Amino acid sequence: MASEEVIISLNNVEKSFGDFFAVDHISLDIKKGQFVTILGPSGCGKTTTLRMIGGFELPTGGTILLNNSDITKLPPYKRPINTVFQRYALFPHLNVFDNVAFGLKLKKVPVVVTKANGEKVTKMKHYKMEQITEMVKKALKIVGLEELEDRDISTLSGGQQQRVAIARCIVNTPEILLLDEPLGALDLKMRKDMQIELKEMHKKLGITFIYVTHDQEEALTMSDVIVVMNHGVIQQVGTPEEIYNEPANAFVADFIGESNIYNAVMTKKKVVRFLGAEFKCVDDFAVDERVDVVVRPEDVILGKPKKGKVDGQIVSKVFKGVHYEYVIMIGKNELIAKSTENFAEGPVSIDVKPDGIHIMAKENLQNIFTNCEVLKNNNVELADGELEIDLTQLVKGSKVDEDGYLVAGNKKYDLTGAKLTLEIPLDKIDIYDDTESGQISGEIVSSLYIGDHYRIIVRSEDDEEFIVVTDYENNLGDQVRLDIKKEDIKIRLKGDIEDYEI
Amino acid sequence: MKFRFQRKYFSIPYVIFLSLFVLVPILLIIFYAFTDANGQPSIAAGAKFFSDVSNLNVILVSLFLAVQTTIICLIIGYPIAYFLANKNYNKNAVLIMLFIMPMWINFVLRTTATRDILFAIGINGGNLPYLATSIGMVYNYLPFVILPLYTTMLKLDRSQIEAAADLGANPFQVFIHSIFPQSLPGVISAITMTLVPVMSSYVISDALSEGNITLIGNFIYINFANNQWNNGSFMAFVLLILVIFSMFLTKDKAEESRGNLW
Repeated sequence: MASEEVIISLNNVEKSFGDFFAVDHISLDIKKGQFVTILGPSGCGKTTTLRMIGGFELPTGGTILLNNSDITKLPPYKRPINTVFQRYALFPHLNVFDNVAFGLKLKKVPVVVTKANGEKVTKMKHYKMEQITEMVKKALKIVGLEELEDRDISTLSGGQQQRVAIARCIVNTPEILLLDEPLGALDLKMRKDMQIELKEMHKKLGITFIYVTHDQEEALTMSDVIVVMNHGVIQQVGTPEEIYNEPANAFVADFIGESNIYNAVMTKKKVVRFLGAEFKCVDDFAVDERVDVVVRPEDVILGKPKKGKVDGQIVSKVFKGVHYEYVIMIGKNELIAKSTENFAEGPVSIDVKPDGIHIMAKENLQNIFTNCEVLKNNNVELADGELEIDLTQLVKGSKVDEDGYLVAGNKKYDLTGAKLTLEIPLDKIDIYDDTESGQISGEIVSSLYIGDHYRIIVRSEDDEEFIVVTDYENNLGDQVRLDIKKEDIKIRLKGDIEDYEI
Repeated sequence: MKFRFQRKYFSIPYVIFLSLFVLVPILLIIFYAFTDANGQPSIAAGAKFFSDVSNLNVILVSLFLAVQTTIICLIIGYPIAYFLANKNYNKNAVLIMLFIMPMWINFVLRTTATRDILFAIGINGGNLPYLATSIGMVYNYLPFVILPLYTTMLKLDRSQIEAAADLGANPFQVFIHSIFPQSLPGVISAITMTLVPVMSSYVISDALSEGNITLIGNFIYINFANNQWNNGSFMAFVLLILVIFSMFLTKDKAEESRGNLW
């Protein structure tokens, strides 16, 4: 059903509020007739993206093309796009019929009229009432509300209001239907039913659906294509199978379904080492490259001790109906496995087939901060705080004298105002709960469990991000203080040291 | 029998208050309207009222002035309330205070000041009594229109407005089909708070028209001042009928907007 024709295309679209990028230069092509889901945690920019397509927000940069014509600045009422809002946004002063007929009554369509002299002219005219009635009835039938057209909106249940909101859109036969978490307010049972119905409606109508949700299961169930977003950036675009089986990075792997994530090294061609054993894999990475490995719980093969690649201890076992869910400790690493076979708590062997191992390039392995200014006291300013650094790294055999100048042999440097690039290893940052002014502090925006440790991202007030490796779990959203020893910070000077000689 | 305190006894103060200050006065008005100076039942006051065309004229002028003031206040107040309630234009509530502040100044003082200002620019009760009264009325009742409109505008559902635009309504149609229907309770409140008070107002027309415009309020005052209690009461009775009639007209809408008065 999906053709190769691109219906809407976002080119380098950005939306910033002050310094904060809600949507950070994204590019995306959506093909005609597809069911596309934009998936991500709250605050990832997915709703903002949808609102820009709908015309409710103007991008601060980039262009949006609909059928190859620029609609970036077109107001919503001129776009052949309709939206199903999160809280339905029905008109309470109108009944069901009038809500659905709202768009039709405003619309003008070309009609050929024969003049008195026999000449035929095309005029823009409103629909006739009979036409509107017929179209509204058809739309209500599609959503299964034929009987309720005279009812007041306030007398409808949440699910029925949802259907009216959908009927109100599809009656206008838009080119694209936008759905902003439309099932969020429904209970679980209702949500499951509506998912199936929406999918069927999409098949029947052939309209392109762009659906926004934070529910990964919903996305996997309904979509032709999933767009995973985080921090205003597209992480991966692919079919549900691709997203699930071949996550592009650790964030996607963690967000879509349960997964075990480990640090690993490529030891040979298509052989990767993690959990203290070597596994064959299908992804080809350079030998000796450090990578992230994702293993889905259902891809773990359990067996009698010594039968697999590596042995572990089952420390917990939960019966889930169709399968058992095991928590297995392999040395310090934790592994979650799902299996239909029943194993007793105690020793067990583990194996994973090559196609069950997903390897991803490691990203952001360093904390690198550019353009950090040196202050009068030889500290640098970073993320609204001050950080002690070791300036002597810049010149071999140098030291800092009592006046704060860097001295090397007979040369003296005043580095106040100089711009430095700082490099801080992930495991050299300590996290503390107490926040004090003048120190670097921020909010935990992401926490990823990697086998035996957590990889945490702390974002400061001015949007600098610190990646920290720690043994302890921290809560998302917590305010924390970061402590970094000056000998752990590698510094590089931007420009030539001679410029700072005095 | 032993006295037991019941919750319904809490209503006693209200019952006393309502009977003394609402029910008894209304009964007195009706009593005086249909008796003569000796307290004998009579329709003389009513007959006198209807036999004199100038009396009907008073009612027509009052009605016309009330409707005119209400419409002008709505035309001026509606956009003001809309922009004041919109965070893009009004980041804090200071501006709304500026529009409400005149209400804090003594009413008589305010009206006298209005008269002097109008006099200074050449509009006075001698040459343009109707214009002077109209301006005074609009100035005085504008806050009563802005405030209820402002409170309903604060509660406008942005997503409904967006939905209307999404379904193809241009900005004008969005106003007609979404913003105005949503603000209707505020409009009804504004009308009830302007229409009747203008009809029965006395000080404004008295001060600004220098006695050249007689409204229902002035008429009643003049009659009572001259000890014509029966005639004055009959006019008050007519006003009462008008009020009940106008409340009946807005009844359906007012029920929807209950609790939205302020």
